[in-house]
Amino acid sequence: MKKNAITPLQPLQPADVRPAPLKVGDDSHNHGSVRDIQEVEIVRLSPEELERRHEKARVDARRRAKVRNIISHFWTTVGVALAVFIAIFALMPIVLTILDSFMSTDEIKTNYSAVYNSLSSAAAETKTYLSSTPKLKMIPDFVSFSQYKTLLFLSPTYLLKFWNSVALVVPIVLGQITVGCLASYSFSRYRKKRREVLFFSYVILMLMPFQVTLVPNYLIANKLGIYNTWWAIILPGIFSTFSVFLLSKYMRQIPSSYIEAAKLDGANEWQIFTRISLPMCKSAVYAMAILLFIDYWNMVEQPLILLEDASKQPLSVFLSQINASEVGVAFAASFIFMVPPLLIFLYGEQYLVEGISRSGIK
Amino acid sequence: MAAHEYNPEEVRKRRIKGRRKRNFREWCIFTGYLTPSLLGVLLFFFGPMLIVLVQSFQRSATNSEFVGVDNYVHVWNNQAFQSAAKNTLIFAGLAVPLAVLLSLLLALLLSSKIPGKSVFRSIMLNPMMVPVASIVLIWQVMFSYNGALNTYMGWFGIDKIDWMKSNWSRLVILILFLWKNLGYNMVLFISAISAVPAEQLESAKMDGANAVRRFFSIKLPYLWPTIFFVGIMSLINSFKIFREVYLLTGDYPVNALYMLQHFMNNMFSHLDNAKLTAAAIIMCIAMIIIVGALFIAENRLGRDTEE
Repeated sequence: MKKNAITPLQPLQPADVRPAPLKVGDDSHNHGSVRDIQEVEIVRLSPEELERRHEKARVDARRRAKVRNIISHFWTTVGVALAVFIAIFALMPIVLTILDSFMSTDEIKTNYSAVYNSLSSAAAETKTYLSSTPKLKMIPDFVSFSQYKTLLFLSPTYLLKFWNSVALVVPIVLGQITVGCLASYSFSRYRKKRREVLFFSYVILMLMPFQVTLVPNYLIANKLGIYNTWWAIILPGIFSTFSVFLLSKYMRQIPSSYIEAAKLDGANEWQIFTRISLPMCKSAVYAMAILLFIDYWNMVEQPLILLEDASKQPLSVFLSQINASEVGVAFAASFIFMVPPLLIFLYGEQYLVEGISRSGIK
Repeated sequence: MAAHEYNPEEVRKRRIKGRRKRNFREWCIFTGYLTPSLLGVLLFFFGPMLIVLVQSFQRSATNSEFVGVDNYVHVWNNQAFQSAAKNTLIFAGLAVPLAVLLSLLLALLLSSKIPGKSVFRSIMLNPMMVPVASIVLIWQVMFSYNGALNTYMGWFGIDKIDWMKSNWSRLVILILFLWKNLGYNMVLFISAISAVPAEQLESAKMDGANAVRRFFSIKLPYLWPTIFFVGIMSLINSFKIFREVYLLTGDYPVNALYMLQHFMNNMFSHLDNAKLTAAAIIMCIAMIIIVGALFIAENRLGRDTEE
């Protein structure tokens, strides 16, 4: 700006010939900052002086930019370090489980026996604490597939439990998605007062923890004579309202102009449902399927209460019971149990992220 | 008279009739789509819930004598129920705010200008997908008395702590909860943060507002709905912590970890119908109150941001 003050056309004034100091006046009633600059001198500078000052300003700006740059680099580094730290924390248990699944059974026993001895409650109070010196190695000395061999070929129980898990989860996921899509289409298209009340009661039901819903489930399973069968878990699972809640949130975001246009073209409701609503919330349906899969793959509460026979229990419950006695194969079993969800995650991560992201926005 | 003569009354009637017919057809179609779900929900949830409500006023499953609120009083005064309710509430009271706060911070971190965001996001979302049962072994190795954590602490001369058998177990369970749930909440927050209008942030920056000020004055009002959503999801998930507790410590954990689900499991195994149903109804009411309060709070705050 200063450079513009003196245009090249203007004859330069010598530095010592200055215009009279500008008096701002004696405003004694004003005690603000104006008093501090009562006399303002307009100084015409020589070109050399100007150039010098410009240079100084440039250097200053550059220095400030550098400092700012360093600060922002610093914060980026801190951010990345923090993120790396959290990422390590997030991944560590998974990686360790995988690594440990390649330890031989003997190696696990020598490494972790101290841990698991203290776990069994009988030994807990005795002096095993003092005598055992833990030898904790997280990384196997040499890779061994002995755990997998035992697991896959010598003990059919694990495969059976694995199959139990699959047989429970797949019908629930497919069923709940189907029922949920139909119901949420209805809720999104027909929005009358009474229907909204019903929808709200669905939401309340979705929010109920297992501790509440298991009691009615148990009662009805007894009444229908399906207690201690897989149906006692599968049927309530299919009609659980979690997917209705999230999917109708999506379907309500579909612009009504799309549906009006389809109607004008002569589409009936079924066509609108299958050709417009479903394709438009494809990612939500996938995300829902993934969430449901992991939730039911993980289930512990329902099988504990609704299934009496140990032979019908899924792997999630069974894994907790093998820890102490057969710790040698437990890591491999854990890893095999975590493979299906992880594969699904790798395959469907973008749908999952997209689905979760949009569910939060109203 | 000729049929085509204009009769306003007649036309109006016919129009109303037509509308009614159309409305009824619409109702039929959409109720048809809802039917499978509605039947299932009535049969497996709402219907039995009514039975539960009725039975909670009866002496037992076999003896249907009406006893008023006796069952409720019994459950309410039951020591085990009280400690279970206390533990569950303490856990939820700690876990939900922490989950919201930490996942918001994580989301802010991943929304800032750092490289490799999507990689970090995937990694942090990973714990959500890992079944609890698979990861329990490693947590045991970490936290058992002779476990890794105590050994490492020993190197620095810190005394061993019996993580799973003392009040520290609350902390352990809290860490497991956060480990599992932060990723999901974080994704919700990241999308909410990216939905904040960029122009407003930009102009605030021009006006010289620093990052903290920009967060509290601009981002936060846009984030309230998500904060409540995350809070409610975390609350639901905090009731599922029983899985971790059960898989880590079995049927009989230390007192600090005795959750409502343990109490229910006990009642189930004793087939104590009266207590079971009364406890379920009490929990149901408590849940409705908590969620209702959250909804009301959300409405209040939501109105503030709209003004």
